[in-house]
Amino acid sequence: MTDRIADIWGGRTPYAKGTAWPVRVDQHLDPGIAEDQVDRWVRSACLLCSNGCGCDIAVKDGRMVGIRGRAGDTVNHGRLGPKGLYGSTPWSHAADRLTRPMIRDGGVLTECDWPTAMGRIVEVSQRLLREKGPLSHGFYTSGQLFLEEYYTLAVLGKAGLGTPHMDGNTRLCTATAAAALKESFGADGQPGCYADIEHCDTIFLYGHNLAETQTVLWSRILDRTHGPNPPVLVCVDPRRTKVAEEAVRTGGVHLAPRVGTNLALMNGLTRELFEHGWVDEKWVTAHTMGVDELRSIVDSYTPERVAEICGVDAGELRRAARIFGTSDRVLSTVLQGFYQSHQATAAAVAVNNLHLLRGLIGRPGAGILQMNGQPTAQNNRECGADGDLPGFRNWDDEQHVQQLAELWNVDPLTIPHWADPTHAMQIMSYVEEGSIGFLWISATNPAVSMPESARIRRILSGEQCFVVVQDLFLTETARLADVVLPAAGWGEKTGTFTNVDRTVHLSEKAVDPPGEARSDLDIFLAYADAMDFRDADGAPLIKWRTPEEAFDAWRAASRGRPCDYSGLSYEKLRGPTGIRWPVTDAAPDGTERLYTDAVFPTATETCETYGHDLLTGATVTQQEHRAMRPDGRAFLKGAEHTPAHEPVSEEYPLLYTTGRTVYQFHTRTKTGRAERLRRAAPDMWVELSPADAERLGITEGDVVRVESPRGWIEAPARVGQVREGAVFAPFHYGTPGLAGEVGRQANELTMTVWDPVSKQPCFKTAACRVRKVRAGDGPAPAPDTAGSAPASTSGGTR
Amino acid sequence: MNLVTYLGLAYHAEQTFADSLRTVGQGHAKHPDVLFTCQALAAMSDEHVERLTPIVQRYGASSGKDVKEPERLHADGLAEVRSGPVGLLRDLQDLHVLGTLVQTTWTVVFQAAQALRDDELIELCEHASGQNSRQLSWLNTRLKAAAPQSLIAA
Ligand code: SF4
Repeated sequence: MTDRIADIWGGRTPYAKGTAWPVRVDQHLDPGIAEDQVDRWVRSACLLCSNGCGCDIAVKDGRMVGIRGRAGDTVNHGRLGPKGLYGSTPWSHAADRLTRPMIRDGGVLTECDWPTAMGRIVEVSQRLLREKGPLSHGFYTSGQLFLEEYYTLAVLGKAGLGTPHMDGNTRLCTATAAAALKESFGADGQPGCYADIEHCDTIFLYGHNLAETQTVLWSRILDRTHGPNPPVLVCVDPRRTKVAEEAVRTGGVHLAPRVGTNLALMNGLTRELFEHGWVDEKWVTAHTMGVDELRSIVDSYTPERVAEICGVDAGELRRAARIFGTSDRVLSTVLQGFYQSHQATAAAVAVNNLHLLRGLIGRPGAGILQMNGQPTAQNNRECGADGDLPGFRNWDDEQHVQQLAELWNVDPLTIPHWADPTHAMQIMSYVEEGSIGFLWISATNPAVSMPESARIRRILSGEQCFVVVQDLFLTETARLADVVLPAAGWGEKTGTFTNVDRTVHLSEKAVDPPGEARSDLDIFLAYADAMDFRDADGAPLIKWRTPEEAFDAWRAASRGRPCDYSGLSYEKLRGPTGIRWPVTDAAPDGTERLYTDAVFPTATETCETYGHDLLTGATVTQQEHRAMRPDGRAFLKGAEHTPAHEPVSEEYPLLYTTGRTVYQFHTRTKTGRAERLRRAAPDMWVELSPADAERLGITEGDVVRVESPRGWIEAPARVGQVREGAVFAPFHYGTPGLAGEVGRQANELTMTVWDPVSKQPCFKTAACRVRKVRAGDGPAPAPDTAGSAPASTSGGTR
Repeated sequence: MNLVTYLGLAYHAEQTFADSLRTVGQGHAKHPDVLFTCQALAAMSDEHVERLTPIVQRYGASSGKDVKEPERLHADGLAEVRSGPVGLLRDLQDLHVLGTLVQTTWTVVFQAAQALRDDELIELCEHASGQNSRQLSWLNTRLKAAAPQSLIAA
């Protein structure tokens, strides 16, 4: 196998439309370990991005020493990418793993034993419950725990304590995917699957730098674009990424809209479908509602008007629309370029609209992939640890709440369901003002990943709230906590997780966690025990102890809902591949595509939400929903484009945008501890367009200061592939947060503002200014293998 | 014709509502959703005012500003905001009261517009009422979300 740092996607295995993606097994073992020295291989799936590649973990002498792709897995057909290969295991034996609990004593975090740490937590928790009730408690979890852990957390939070303040960092990555699916189809859940790549003629990638975020899926596309009858790609991205280059190479289009104008672009594309009669009128009438309203909303978005708003060429927009309008099978994928930007849900819903208008759904090659940013985000959404109710139930439907109350044997009023659940940014505001006095953060690092980091650090370090952090390392966030709990990571515990295309994998324990570290499931169970949560009959509320028992409890909770796991079991998941939900008696081997019958879960009794006004976020009431009689028809919904929250000004003339790059994941808690990944992208940088760089007198490698109204960072400049007027910063390079430390977190600059429907923060719409601080001593530490390559070495500059 | 008085009321009520939305938005700017949504909702009312102007003129007043409604029909806007979580609740509630005044005003005008077969005014009434429902829905949604925390835990 080649060095996959340099050769990110590995060698091509081209294939033709409609044929299976060939198998290629990728493997990596630690230096000095030969294949025949491996004691055993343990079944799992990769946890370093949302792709969810099936893999086996190599174990030798009780240590994880490598990984290989599973040839028979439907997700990856044996492949792994650089992060999966080089980043999956090194963190597990890093010297700085947390091995004992810690409590803050006299201002200092000090090691202690579990009873002391849990005792402190329970004491504060019980006192606050007595004094203020459950609204004093908040939980902020991850996109990286296992299903069993989320479900347990959801039950203890919703039925044990009864707090509505639960969310995950999935809010930052995937909330818009969920919201868009709910608004259009009535419930969450990906309509298509990865195999749609095999069958499509055209792939639209909206704000999705797939080549860097999900490298294995990108290989799957490259293998088609390099095979017979390749698909045409269309890319919407303000940067000239590898995806954009491939779009041009395949005869497609790269549209680089001005940051913050996605919805105007989408309205323009939608209008073109109407104008040219690329609408399947019969299908639309039978299976959707709202077409007339949508038409009137997009009516004024002529290509010329869109060109002006977005700064794209009207002809190119027309060409992209024609490609969409005239292809037989279009696959669309969407990610953070839409989700973390202005009018996120409306723009993502517009992608669904395009498919609905042409009836491109529910058949091979006509997929929609509203992507996830994190590997187990889907489970957080399903299980309800992100605020939703378990099983995609509707908080506004008394019947749904009643089902849960019966399942858990509690009073339905215990389960908070009086309004949209509290989202992460609102939780932080309640923590800031002190009305949440107890915040439990598991497996995530908000001090680095949330917008306006200085504010988050201030909130978490303040006296007004007791903060528990449960993680693998003493992260930037853990350093601010009152109690730190050492957790077991991937490979050190058993559980299942589900990727974006609904494929469920079982990940089995390969090795013991270090020291006194415990699985997240065990930690949540210990808290539930100590708090003595009971059901209506006085029996313990949580009746499971092991991951498998938790999974079985979840199967019962999901029965009859869109994400039905009832036909799954650990035993079944020990087969050759992961399995896509729903898995039921009627579909024992899982379900490749949803909505093959064009019936959507929109009936008032079934749906997960009654919907929202896409512009304001106002909720549609049950009564209003019932009056519309959607009865299984999908919704076509639109909204006007409005200017972004922070327009450029004389003082801050550039638009700031952030994103993930190929060698990093989350806040680099794991990938930053993998030598090869760290060396490939060791430090922060900032990307400018050649034109802006020239005007500002900045050359490659110069140290620049980027300032927004909220803060500043200093980093070397990469004169790269962003469009003129935009500044790109890779997110999630943390800082120890010590006084005098040079700011290098992308989120020092981002805004505290969120999408009205999905409540996903906008990381991509701040205004900024840039100036040179001093000359550099070489090129920026940005990788030149992918979208951050210097402008001078790559094809097109813009 | 008394209609002109009611057109004046619609004009003033929408303008007062827009100004109050902006005041509340700015006053609670540390809640970004309140700030930005109030601005977006105010823009809706601005647009209604703008579209109403030529119609008011058509019915004989030189502009909406000139129409004097009787004192007791008039509603005062919010000149300043209250502080704290309960203050936010009360301000949102006040906006809701103003919003319903706007709503019933359009209902009344709509009836007259239909009787007069004034297509332009009918269209505006339908449009403005639709937008007004969105404004009220948002206020309701936000009130519901904020109420428990403000009343119990804050
Ligand atoms: S594509 Fe994602 S899931 Fe697959 S190996 Fe790479 S990081 Fe892991």
